[in-house]
Amino acid sequence: MTSVLDSSSAPARHQGISRPPPFRSDPATPPLVRFEAVGKRFSGVAAVEDLSLDIFPGEFFALLGPSGCGKTTLLRLLAGLEIPDTGRVLLDGQDLASVPPHRRAVNMMFQSYALFPHLNVEGNVAFGLRQDGLPKAEIAARVAAMLALLKLEGFEKRKPHQLSGGQRQRVALARALVKRPRVLLLDEPLAALDKKLRGETQFELMHLRQKLGLTFLIVTHDQEEAMTVADRIGVMDQGRLIQVASPPEIYEQPNSRWVADFIGDVNLIEGRLLASGAGCATIMSASVGRLEVATPAEASTGDTVWVALRPEKVRVSHTAPADGLGNCVAGKIWDIGYLGDISIYKVRLPDGFIMKASAANMTRLIERPFRIDEPVWLSWAGDAGVVLTR
Amino acid sequence: MTVEAIIKAQPLPRARAARRPLGWWLLILIPYLWLVVFFLGPFLIVLKISLSQTAIAQPPYTPVLDLAGGAHGLREFFNALSLDNYALIASDPIYLLSYARSVLIAGISTAMLLLIGYPLAYGMTRAPRGWQPILFMLVVLPFWTSFLIRIYAWINVLQREGLLNQLLLALGIVDTPPAWLATDTAIYIGIVYSYLPFMVLPIYATLEKLPEALLEAAADLGCPRWKAFWLVTLPLSLPGVFAGTLLCFIPIVGEFVIPDLLGGSDTMMIGQTLWVEFFANRDWPAASAVAIVLLALLLVPIMVYQQRQMRQLEGRS
Repeated sequence: MTSVLDSSSAPARHQGISRPPPFRSDPATPPLVRFEAVGKRFSGVAAVEDLSLDIFPGEFFALLGPSGCGKTTLLRLLAGLEIPDTGRVLLDGQDLASVPPHRRAVNMMFQSYALFPHLNVEGNVAFGLRQDGLPKAEIAARVAAMLALLKLEGFEKRKPHQLSGGQRQRVALARALVKRPRVLLLDEPLAALDKKLRGETQFELMHLRQKLGLTFLIVTHDQEEAMTVADRIGVMDQGRLIQVASPPEIYEQPNSRWVADFIGDVNLIEGRLLASGAGCATIMSASVGRLEVATPAEASTGDTVWVALRPEKVRVSHTAPADGLGNCVAGKIWDIGYLGDISIYKVRLPDGFIMKASAANMTRLIERPFRIDEPVWLSWAGDAGVVLTR
Repeated sequence: MTVEAIIKAQPLPRARAARRPLGWWLLILIPYLWLVVFFLGPFLIVLKISLSQTAIAQPPYTPVLDLAGGAHGLREFFNALSLDNYALIASDPIYLLSYARSVLIAGISTAMLLLIGYPLAYGMTRAPRGWQPILFMLVVLPFWTSFLIRIYAWINVLQREGLLNQLLLALGIVDTPPAWLATDTAIYIGIVYSYLPFMVLPIYATLEKLPEALLEAAADLGCPRWKAFWLVTLPLSLPGVFAGTLLCFIPIVGEFVIPDLLGGSDTMMIGQTLWVEFFANRDWPAASAVAIVLLALLLVPIMVYQQRQMRQLEGRS
């Protein structure tokens, strides 16, 4: 697990990555949150299994996975709303086992928002500060400042049911933020918003983080959301962390077929490893033929491996590419998906294997250049694909 | 007529939608008809009798409305009506005492019902999910036996040689068996026992709908469990508390069977006073006046409750 954790601080191995991860945790700083071999079962079914994870101060960390993968349970373990069966949860080096939820310096924004329906916006945001017994004047000042930050001025006296979904979401965020938690926990914070508002709020969250310098831990099943907001993503499945890395690395250098398939769209080409040397691996595939990949494969010759190839890295053309030595293959257009900004071409290879390629629609032509059943060539660069061994 | 003229002659769709179909009126009519026949009609009859004078006749009061007398007879009829019975109720302390007693007993029993019913309902919602239907069933179970039989059973339990005294003697708590029956204690036991489901169920219904996430949010914001009850659970269960209070208080004020069977002969609740006026004294007008005053007395809390509900509904929309 440590090798996975360190990967964000190590230089990006893959030459195809141009965007450096915006956040680099200093290996010398102790982690703010540490999950140590944590396990949690619900009536016999493991929700989280032997999971270890470090989250560093100031980091925006996203837990990403399909529903039921245990990501929310992990969040609730940190909030104290669940007690781990095994392992330890530490905050600032302190074991939280004996700390009840109302004494933990973390605050959570609930997926349902869980706003108190009998209190108005002001009352909801002030609730946490009142529990701390702060002087009235300070509470009023901090609530006002928080409402201003989240553009909620003028709504102080409204009850939650008199607000729109987006406003309720901001009240829930304000209520958690106003306590200045060591870690802000966000459980699917944007799931209930429509797509456009969700996009805007994602950027708002990032700006908030920059402004306040807090540590954010977000749980989401939306990979786009995780990619947009997070410094590091932990991909979870069935209670385990599969990969922890920066968004570009997760996308360009997935460590398994499962991650490659879960994040974005991918062509997974099965083949046998012919040779692997420095900066080059050759794979023989039944569908595509000989494949050259510009990274060495961590497998021995003759092993079954998979080449993960993102559709946007595959070029579709009418004629065979002039430089087409290794990575090109002929096929027929099987299906076309027109999405406006891009088109997705499904191309059927001679043996029936369907490869996906996407291309930006850079002209306004109503007639697209390719038609169904048209013979085409697919080609891609050596550094477009990545070899996966599991 | 040209085609355009025909089209123009058609009423606008909006105007057509505003005209209700006949079926709509019929549907609305049924509940109103029900209210008029079974509520407003009887109420007007009782109101009229309360303004009459008792008489040894059939029916036992005058005047009797006789439409055969024409306009003159109608004027005679209205002239004969008087507020004498209300004056009697106001002047004779026995009525005022009965009202005061009824309201006092209803108030004390409602308070006791709240103190017992709320924790019971709260405990039910905190019980494991699988148990809740069983607990719910247990609360409703007494309804499967006749109310009267259950009160007679209490007579059995509370009488001098009854189960309660046998138990107290066996445990050595008392030496001589105390008298339970024909005391206020017996009335309170009977009322609290009978009305408990009406207090528990509405409170349970509101508590059961309370999202667990609200209590988790309170804990997350630094509020310990016991405090979260006062700050979150209790305020949000108030609608259930109000409903339960009214469901109990109003019928208890007019309760007749329980004080009559379990209480002493000196405990006159207004229901008993009314019964005596009607059946023993055969004074229908006085009994009607007592009933009308009782209705007016109970209307106040009902209207307060309705007002509250309306305000809540308006706030939600």
